[in-house]
Amino acid sequence: MVNYLLKRLLMMIPLLVGITIITFAVIHVTPGEPVEMQVAMNPRVSAESRERLRKFYELDKPLHVQYCHWVSRLVRLDFGRSFSPDGRPVIAKIRERLPVTVNINLIALILEFGLAIPIGVMAATHRDGPLDRWTTVFVFLGFATPLFWLCLLLMYLFGVKLGWLPISGLHSLGYRSHGLWWQLLDMGKHLLLPISVATFGSLAGLSRYMRGSMVEVLGQDYITTARAKGLSERTVVYRHALRNALLPAITLLGLSVPGLIGGSVIFESIFSIPGMGQLFYQGVMARDYPLVMGVLVITAVLTLIGNLLADVAYAAADPRIRHGRGETP
Amino acid sequence: MSRSQGTLRELVWRRYRGNRFAVAGALVVLAMFLLAILAPVITPYGPNSLDAYHVLLPPSPAHWFGTDEVGRDVFTRMVYGARISLTVGFVAIGIATLIGTVVGLVSGYYGGWVDSLLMRFVDIMFCFPTFFLILAVITLREPSILNIMLIIGLTGWMGVARLVRAEVLSIRERDYVTAARAIGCSDLRIIFRHIMPNALGPVLVYATLGVSAAILTESSLSFLGIGVPPPTPSWGNILTSGKEFLEFAWWLFLFPGLAITVTSLSYYLVGEGLRDALDPRLNR
Repeated sequence: MVNYLLKRLLMMIPLLVGITIITFAVIHVTPGEPVEMQVAMNPRVSAESRERLRKFYELDKPLHVQYCHWVSRLVRLDFGRSFSPDGRPVIAKIRERLPVTVNINLIALILEFGLAIPIGVMAATHRDGPLDRWTTVFVFLGFATPLFWLCLLLMYLFGVKLGWLPISGLHSLGYRSHGLWWQLLDMGKHLLLPISVATFGSLAGLSRYMRGSMVEVLGQDYITTARAKGLSERTVVYRHALRNALLPAITLLGLSVPGLIGGSVIFESIFSIPGMGQLFYQGVMARDYPLVMGVLVITAVLTLIGNLLADVAYAAADPRIRHGRGETP
Repeated sequence: MSRSQGTLRELVWRRYRGNRFAVAGALVVLAMFLLAILAPVITPYGPNSLDAYHVLLPPSPAHWFGTDEVGRDVFTRMVYGARISLTVGFVAIGIATLIGTVVGLVSGYYGGWVDSLLMRFVDIMFCFPTFFLILAVITLREPSILNIMLIIGLTGWMGVARLVRAEVLSIRERDYVTAARAIGCSDLRIIFRHIMPNALGPVLVYATLGVSAAILTESSLSFLGIGVPPPTPSWGNILTSGKEFLEFAWWLFLFPGLAITVTSLSYYLVGEGLRDALDPRLNR
């Protein structure tokens, strides 16, 4: 296990380097200079101060020098200062926003697995029955519905027509004057719609995946053996089949991280939720280069960590992986 | 080959035809294309003709899907928007499939360090939330229809690459490839004449499903105001004003959203139908 972990950790190093190179390239290969934006906004900036700005951000140096400096600062978790008027360090901004997005996505992820596993199992055990057909319809709709449109529909229905739920932000006005329980309930109401949308977004894919995985396992010889031994269908499905069908879902957990974070741009900007997605959206709109680069690197590294955790969990659950056998070439 | 069984193509077609959902999907896709091509014939209005006297009107016989905040006919804008949305979906996935296929073929056929290098690159690209990458590149460059297609394509090829590589790895070992090598075929000829045609089925399925995803991505971008630049209509940017007038004008957000969902669903059904028709063992 220790060997496996070490190998996995070593493999992350080239990926980390690659992530920084791509992030750097995305920003610097595009035409236009970061400083131009700041300068264009302010007509009083002289050519001299423009040079000073360029020097400050090291834009007068060759690209590889800029890259090396940037990475050496990254290692010390220094992401530079935001270009926005408040000029705060990027890391402080991200630290403030990250928990909101991570918490929403964690809750959504738990709901998603909690719903997708029973849906997938039921569809697989009642294959080609009406239940299976209805879940298939639901799954297809889930793939085809644009998330932002779903946000609009829910806002219209529950916010505008029925007036049951607030449609923007995390808190009501003046929430601080109320007790703790009131505040929690208030936040819950604000988060109900965004969390539902985030859950729905990947529920379809996961339940389809669970169905496929379950169908495959149910066709294996050891399931026939278990049935032949006279075990009840319940034991066969939940003790013998489900365990093995769940294994691949662990990997999916790691792979779903970038999709979840990417999707947060949409619901966070529609529901005005101050999370990473909204921060990133505002950052690109304002051409806040240090912020954009910082968010890109951090989300990619989060994905890497998510994959690592999923692989480790998989190895812990499946001895074939950690002993290096049964590995696909 | 016996007459009753027919060629492989006939067999696939017969299986596809047997799937009602897949046929319905194909018909809807076809209808959307017809609407898009025949746009000027279908509607008397122009996509950008303003009408200050008929602002935010609900659906009526004159304006089937109502009018927007500057008096433009929503149905007309949707029909013209179909041109953009369908083109973007198609071209973007064309680019992604092309890059992915080439990378997958090279990676799977040559193996060794070329394979490791390319697959690590795929791993790295998979680490970024695709939507973040697209957002960053598109706002730093110019949001234009061409750029959107390019960027969706450049960030969406990794899945195809992995798929093609896996196919090539298994095809490479078959006897007819060994035979081709034995009679002295060049690498290029083996890759493109003998391996690629046999790997195309899954790629076709993947690409069809990809069109559905690309249409969703384009509409999300346009909705956020960084996709197809107004006044050119796209289903996504009509929805932008739909959000703005959410409280007064349900027709502004209902119809374009339905159009996106139905189109994307249809492509999805076609893709699934193709998958079942090409390989009935899958997913059964």
